[in-house]
Amino acid sequence: MATQQSGAVTLGRPRRAGPWRAISNFVTRKPLGAFGALIIIIMVLMAVAGPYMTSWDPLEWNLPDKLLWPSGEHWLGTDEMGRDLWSRMMSGARISLLVGFASVAFGSGAGGVIGVISGWYGGKVDNSVQRIMDALMSIPTLILAMAITAALGTNLMNIIIAIGIVQIPRANRVVRSQVLAVKESQYVDAARSIGAGNLRIMVLHIAPQCVAPWLIISTGALGIAILTEASLSFLGLGVPQPEPSWGGMLTGPVRDWFILYPYLAIWPGLALSLAVYGFNLFGDAIRDVLDPRLRGT
Amino acid sequence: MHRYLVRRVLFGLLTAVLVSLLVFALMRIAPGDVAKSIAAQQAGGEEGTVSLEEIEQIREALGLNEPLYVQYWVWMSGFVRGDWGNSLFTKRPVFDEFKQKATVTFELVILSQIIAIAIGIPAGVLMALKQDSKVDYTVRIVSLAGLSIPSFWSATLLLVGGAYFFRWSPPLGYSAITDDFTRNLSQFIWPALMIGYISAATKARMMRSTMLEVLRQDYIRTAHAKGLRAYAVTARHALKNALIPVITVIGITTALSMGGSVVMERVFTLPGIGEYIVAGMLERDYPIVQSMVMFFAMCVIVVNLLVDLSYGWLDPRVRYQ
Repeated sequence: MATQQSGAVTLGRPRRAGPWRAISNFVTRKPLGAFGALIIIIMVLMAVAGPYMTSWDPLEWNLPDKLLWPSGEHWLGTDEMGRDLWSRMMSGARISLLVGFASVAFGSGAGGVIGVISGWYGGKVDNSVQRIMDALMSIPTLILAMAITAALGTNLMNIIIAIGIVQIPRANRVVRSQVLAVKESQYVDAARSIGAGNLRIMVLHIAPQCVAPWLIISTGALGIAILTEASLSFLGLGVPQPEPSWGGMLTGPVRDWFILYPYLAIWPGLALSLAVYGFNLFGDAIRDVLDPRLRGT
Repeated sequence: MHRYLVRRVLFGLLTAVLVSLLVFALMRIAPGDVAKSIAAQQAGGEEGTVSLEEIEQIREALGLNEPLYVQYWVWMSGFVRGDWGNSLFTKRPVFDEFKQKATVTFELVILSQIIAIAIGIPAGVLMALKQDSKVDYTVRIVSLAGLSIPSFWSATLLLVGGAYFFRWSPPLGYSAITDDFTRNLSQFIWPALMIGYISAATKARMMRSTMLEVLRQDYIRTAHAKGLRAYAVTARHALKNALIPVITVIGITTALSMGGSVVMERVFTLPGIGEYIVAGMLERDYPIVQSMVMFFAMCVIVVNLLVDLSYGWLDPRVRYQ
């Protein structure tokens, strides 16, 4: 018995590829996805190392230097208050990424947990939870995020909470449907028959099966979260001024200068679009890799 | 079919009630006293100068001293009857303002969805038929860009670029469709194109994946095998079946694109509900906020219901679940 088993192992399984192998595989098979990942990495570097890459303060007014076109000194020019745009762009990267990752971690995380519990217990629990999710989903995302920030007050924490709450139902739905499929498998029956409790089964046997669809939905959600934050800031319901967020840099009195100094309008939107495009490309690739049924579609 | 219909309608009603509870709760957890800020505004000065008595009067007038369930009932029964309360600051009835502004938003949404369907569906079919070709990749990249570029930025670029290079801008000052049709259209076509592009991207991606799924079915091979022309197979056998799930997406994105119109109305300074709700939220004018959010949710719920029903009608398998 023992020899048979070890034989099967050496025959059936190739040696585990190292992380470098996996990365180079990903790059050759999914060039667009790798390009997306590259954009994300550059953004993270900008956000983390930003303060060390410039000597200008993103907040301090410097009126004599206002509205300078891009030059060697101010790489991206200065805005109507004389603030250096390159340093403001990097602070903006920090806010966008922070809101993106934190809100998805919170929203998708909560949605996933709720999905596992609701799917596993089924019946009345499931029914009531899903009706609440239906209700949340019937309010358009931007409107719901706006209403929550308006109610809680606009600061970074509340924006993260608002955008997080908006993400909950989608993660919940995907995870729940996976739970419903997995729940009937034999190994779950087996675990149950040797006396495993609900919590143990959910954490050790059900949840790992839900990681792939959960990751797919979460990487997709990152781009949406960043766009939602930018829209909120654009409407004046996001990160309060003068904190430099990319959406906020496109709104307010600065708009009067756009026609004469178009570079003011170009940088924040370009960064925003590239960032979201990066997340979307990466998310698409992740979906293709993790979900074989969708491969090639 | 009858039972299916009744069940869907009941679910829709239940969802509407839950949304209303949610919105109501959201407006009550808001920190800070509304009465205080109104009193301060009426006094035209600092919050400190207002006496407690005045605040109490305002609370009484707004019905904020009633128990929560009474407040909820007053709001909900009013909402159903078309009495949506008055703005806290301008005192004008919310429903009247809403009726005036709704035409702008509806026109924008309908126009943008026509554009989105006209572009999105053919683009999706094209991608599926030419899978993995250069056409497929190009359209995919363009459609993914549509999901990535924030509409308020592309719209801003349009306005800035038009003014910078061509000294052009859409006519300022809103004119209604009944007053001046061409002028109205030249105002609405640009924001509608911006929203339409984004919506088209979602639809094209959905169309592509369902079309690919259908093209692999046995009955498609059979249709080819019995010698039908390629066009007949695509149009009559594949497209018809692939469209069913896309209809869901069209319905839902139409309802959800009302959220996108909020941003566009801001950029193009159109006096629609979007502009109204943003102003209401910035001022915490909660009668406006709660009624408008409720209205948006009702649109989504009704559209969802219609989609469900059309699904049951188009696909008999759904009815018996």
